Amino acid sequence: MQFVFSGLTTGAIYALAALGFSLIYNASGVINFAQGDFLMLGAMVTAALLGAHLPYGLAIAGGVLATVCAGLLLYRLAIKPAGDASVVSLIIITIGASIFIQGVVQIVLGKNQQTLPAFSGDASLRVLGAYVLPQALWVLGTAAVLVALCFAFFRLTLLGKAMLAVAANSLAARAVGIPASRVLQLSFGLSALLGAVAGVVAAPITTTVYDIGLMLGMKGFVAATLGGLGSAGGAVLGGLIVGLLEALMAGYVSSAYKDAVPFVMIVFILLVMPHGLFGARSSDRV
Amino acid sequence: MKNSHALLRPSLLVLAAVLALLPLAMPNNYVIDVAVRIALAAIAAIGLNLLMGFAGQISIGHAAFVAIGAYGSGIVTARFGWPPLAAIAGAAAGAAVVAWLIAKPILRLKGHSLTMATLGLGVIVNIVLINEVDWTGGPDGMPVPPLMVGGFAFAKVLHWYALAAVLLWLSVLLSLNLFDSPAGRALRGLNGSEVAARAMGVDVARFKVRAFVASAVFAAVSGSLAAHYLGFVSPSLAAFSHSVELATMVVLGGMASTFGAVLGAALLTALPQLLGGLHGYEMVFFGLVLMLTMMFLPKGLVPSLALRLRRKV
Repeated sequence: MQFVFSGLTTGAIYALAALGFSLIYNASGVINFAQGDFLMLGAMVTAALLGAHLPYGLAIAGGVLATVCAGLLLYRLAIKPAGDASVVSLIIITIGASIFIQGVVQIVLGKNQQTLPAFSGDASLRVLGAYVLPQALWVLGTAAVLVALCFAFFRLTLLGKAMLAVAANSLAARAVGIPASRVLQLSFGLSALLGAVAGVVAAPITTTVYDIGLMLGMKGFVAATLGGLGSAGGAVLGGLIVGLLEALMAGYVSSAYKDAVPFVMIVFILLVMPHGLFGARSSDRV
Repeated sequence: MKNSHALLRPSLLVLAAVLALLPLAMPNNYVIDVAVRIALAAIAAIGLNLLMGFAGQISIGHAAFVAIGAYGSGIVTARFGWPPLAAIAGAAAGAAVVAWLIAKPILRLKGHSLTMATLGLGVIVNIVLINEVDWTGGPDGMPVPPLMVGGFAFAKVLHWYALAAVLLWLSVLLSLNLFDSPAGRALRGLNGSEVAARAMGVDVARFKVRAFVASAVFAAVSGSLAAHYLGFVSPSLAAFSHSVELATMVVLGGMASTFGAVLGAALLTALPQLLGGLHGYEMVFFGLVLMLTMMFLPKGLVPSLALRLRRKV
C-alpha cells in the first residue's frame, strides 16, 4: 500500500507533465523537449523568491508567471520564426531551448538542490495502513483539478475548441477565421502554466535542481505516449501507471534502477502499441 | 554523382595536407592538446553524422556509445590487463554488438519517438555507470592506463596528435566512402523520402541498422582513445549534455556533411577554449547555438556555404 501511494503521487506529477506534452502536441504536432524544464523553472523561481523573503503565495505566483513568460517566449522567439520547418528541426529547437533554460537557471539561480516547504505541514497521515504526506494529497488534488479544467477547456470553451481545430487542420482553421498563430502561442503558455504548477506542487516532495527537468520531462513523455499522445485522460492514466511501476520497482527490485523503468518502457510501448492505450480501438479497457 | 567524386577526392588530399602541416603552425603543447581533442571529438561527430545524416533522425543519446567505448577500454585494461590496442578493438566490437542488438527495435521508431528512445538509452547507460561501482568506480569514475603499442608509449602530445590525425583522416575517408557507396546513396535517399527509397527496392531497414552500428563504432573508438589520452573516465561521458554537444556539432556543421561534422567539432571544441573557458556557460552556449542554427541556417554551415559557392560559379 505504501508503494502504491508513493507511486500514485509521483504518477500524478508525471501525469501533469504528460498533460503539458499533450497540449502542445495537440495544437502543433510538436513534442516540446523543454516541457520538463517548465516544471523545474516554476519550482526554482519559486524557491528563489522564497529565499528573497517573499510570502509563499506570492513566490508561487512569481514562479508560475516567470514560467508562462518562458513558454510564450519560446514560441515567439524560437518556434514561430522557424516557420514551416520540419519536425526534426522543431525537435532540435526545443532541445536547444531545454539546454538553454537549464543553463540560464544554473547561472542565475545556482547549481544547488532546492526544496520548497510543504503546503500544510509535514506530519504524515495514516490512510489505509500506509503513511501519506499531506503534500501527496496536494499533488493528487492539483492533478485532478487541472485535468478537469483541461477537459472543460477543450470541451466547453470556444478557445479550447479553436485549439482543437488548429490541431486538426491548421489551414482550414485559419480559413474560418481562427488566428492559428495566436492559438499556438496560447498552447505554449498554457502548457508552461501546467508545468509550473506541477513543478511547484511537486517540489516539496521531489526537491528541485536545474537538471531535474530532463527526468521529469522524459517520464512525462513516456506517460503521454503510454496513454496515447494528445489524449488528456490517457496522459493521466499513463502518468499513474508509470509512477506505480517505478515505485514497485524501487520497492521490490532496486531503487538505483528505478529511473531506468520508464526508459525501458518507452521502447516497449512504442513498439507494441504505438498509439497508446487510448489511441488504439482494441484496448478500451478503461 | 560524378560531380561529387571530383569534389570529394581533392578534399581528402587537402585534409591530409592540413593535418600534416598543422603542427608547424602550433606554437605550444596547449594548442596541440586542443587539436587532439578536436580530432577525437570529430571522429565521434562523424559517426553520429552517419546516423543523423543518413537516417535524417536526431539522436541525443549518442554519448552512450562514447561512454561504452571509454569504459570498455578502461575496464579491460585496468582490471584485466589487456593491452590497450586490443582493448580499443574490443570496446568498439562491444559497442557494435550493443548497437546491433538495439538497432532493430529502436530504428522502427520515427521522429520524436526515436529521439526520446535515444535519450532513454543515454540515461540508462549513465545510470548503469553510476551504480555499478565495482566495475566503473561509480560517480567518481576510474583511472585508465596510458596507451602503449608494442613497446612504444604515447607519452607526448605530439604522438597523440599524429595518432588522432591519422584516425581522423581515416574516419573522413570511411565516412565519405559510405556516403558515396550504393548503400550510402540509398540511405541519403531516405533523408529525402523513405517511401521513395523503399519503392526503388532499397532494403531501408538493413541500411539503417548498418548506419547505426557504424556510428556506434566511431563513437566507441573516439571514447576509447579519449579515455587513454586523458587517463581517466567518468559517468559524465554518457551525460545528456555530452550527447547534446555531439548533436550540436553535427547540426551546426551540417547534417549529412562529413566535413560539416569535422568543422562543427572543431568550432565547438575550440571556441570555448578561445573564449577562455565557458565557466558554467556551456549549456547556455550550446543551447543557443543549437536553436540559432536551426532557425537561421537549418542546413548547417558546410552545406550552406557550398550552396553559396556553387551559385557564384
